[in-house]
Amino acid sequence: MAHLFSIPPVTRRAWKVWHRNLTVFTRTWQVNFFPPLVEALLYLFAIGLGIGSYIKEIGGIPYVNFIAPAILAIAVMNSAFFECTYGSYVRMYYQKSFDAMIATPLSIEDVIAGELLWGATRSVIYVVIMLPVLAVFGVISLPLSLLAIPFAFLGGLMFAGIAMCFTAISPGIDTLNYPSFLFITPMSLFSGTFFPITLLPILLQYFALALLPLTHLVAIMRMITLPSLSGTILLHMGWIVIITTVFCIVSINLMRRRLIV
Amino acid sequence: MTGTGIIEAEDLRKTFGSISAVDGIRFSVRKGEVFGFLGPNGAGKTTTMKMIACVSPRTGGSLSILGMDPDTDPAGIKQRLGVVPQETNLDPDFTCYGNLFTYARYFDIPAEDAHTRAEALLEFVQLSEKRDVTVEKLSGGMKRRLILARALVNSPDLLILDEPTIGLDPQARHLIWEKLKALQAQGNTIVMTTHYLDEAYRLCDRLVIMDNGKILVEGTPAELVKEHVGHEIVEVEKSPEVLACLTGLQIPFEVTGDTILVATESSRDIARLLLDRCRPEKVLTRPATLEDVFLKLTGRNLRE
Repeated sequence: MAHLFSIPPVTRRAWKVWHRNLTVFTRTWQVNFFPPLVEALLYLFAIGLGIGSYIKEIGGIPYVNFIAPAILAIAVMNSAFFECTYGSYVRMYYQKSFDAMIATPLSIEDVIAGELLWGATRSVIYVVIMLPVLAVFGVISLPLSLLAIPFAFLGGLMFAGIAMCFTAISPGIDTLNYPSFLFITPMSLFSGTFFPITLLPILLQYFALALLPLTHLVAIMRMITLPSLSGTILLHMGWIVIITTVFCIVSINLMRRRLIV
Repeated sequence: MTGTGIIEAEDLRKTFGSISAVDGIRFSVRKGEVFGFLGPNGAGKTTTMKMIACVSPRTGGSLSILGMDPDTDPAGIKQRLGVVPQETNLDPDFTCYGNLFTYARYFDIPAEDAHTRAEALLEFVQLSEKRDVTVEKLSGGMKRRLILARALVNSPDLLILDEPTIGLDPQARHLIWEKLKALQAQGNTIVMTTHYLDEAYRLCDRLVIMDNGKILVEGTPAELVKEHVGHEIVEVEKSPEVLACLTGLQIPFEVTGDTILVATESSRDIARLLLDRCRPEKVLTRPATLEDVFLKLTGRNLRE
């Protein structure tokens, strides 16, 4: 049990794995750049303008402006989580890419770290494409909202680490559906995304703050896009940094346990 | 460890739970030779290959590859290894060229160099025409050739081939053999496993036969055949009369299915004796092969 938390010996070679994934991604960039644009527009029209025409505002904030940071946070979560669950699982199990890579000077720790970095990068790319759309609709403040980009990396790394833990223990690709619809889907609804977390019963509020990582990312994104900065941003950042560190370390060790026999 | 070989293994062990996959083997591979591992399924060949390739840590014993220990310097060893795995694991997201180029990057080979090598290796394995084709569109033989090219991308000091011609048709196998012989002639050190005994006979300078995690014999293919079987084999169709006759003549024999095998130094004499005295249905004489040695040592029972 103890060595699940030991610091894995990751080297700079991890970036080679990241580079490999980036190469594949940019080769099919037309396909990959389209979803973030569409997703941003869908959310804005369906929830922002649709529901927003009834709700108008929440706590004095226009409803579209209220959900804009949530759209960013959910995108960060989804892109990193699905990249490091289904994406990594396919590369690990079906394509045997990890086996091929560890026959080179890359270690399994480098490979998994590269996958995690790539998952976080996917989140950054998603946010970078979404930001101009949201800016054009005037639902986020500039230039402070540009901070969403580094926070996308941090949040992305957190969800990548969590996702990789599931990937490491999932017996097959189908069982990855469980975390997707038991963890990710509810989280995207109950983390202060489309309504303030304070509307939840007090116990659920504590639950969301303690155990739903998205809550903290949404809070940070909202503080920088409205903007409404306060000192609590440091608490949210602290929470995310700790969780990210723990899950990234554990995921690499779990993967080593799964793949190196 | 005192050996000066490319690989030195002493009492090498690997256990999975209570199962000993490799049970204290000792071997040494010299520079420039082709060294073979033969054995039935589950004998421990692939496990041994994986320990040499630094992707599976050993449970016990000592192992030195290119003078380094896989436990302490895996990256240093792997930098100088070329590996052809049993399972095809080419990257389906890339073309043939892309596979070689991307793989070169894992070895810190500069882009320009990687490009030159990728082109040269495609030429070497006769896949230049398929340069820009994704690997899914390749035939089985082409995939194995591309994997061989990929294993050469870092100009390795040691090539590890785990069943390089598995599942290939005779044409494709011959082409791989040709390439391996060319590499052998250039002085490459190669360690390989195979189920094809003719392949082992053709390619290996020395080989070991493994079973149940242990090495049964070691030697050159010709030595092993001579030592364990003899020069020639006479095959006779099995019948009670022939069996009784052979027993009467006190000639040692082995029965497999419908055939009686007699190992001998002179098949002519035995065949003549059989024809004169035992009146067999059919008699066939042939040179002894590695397959005879293999089956003699590892038995004829089917393995999982």
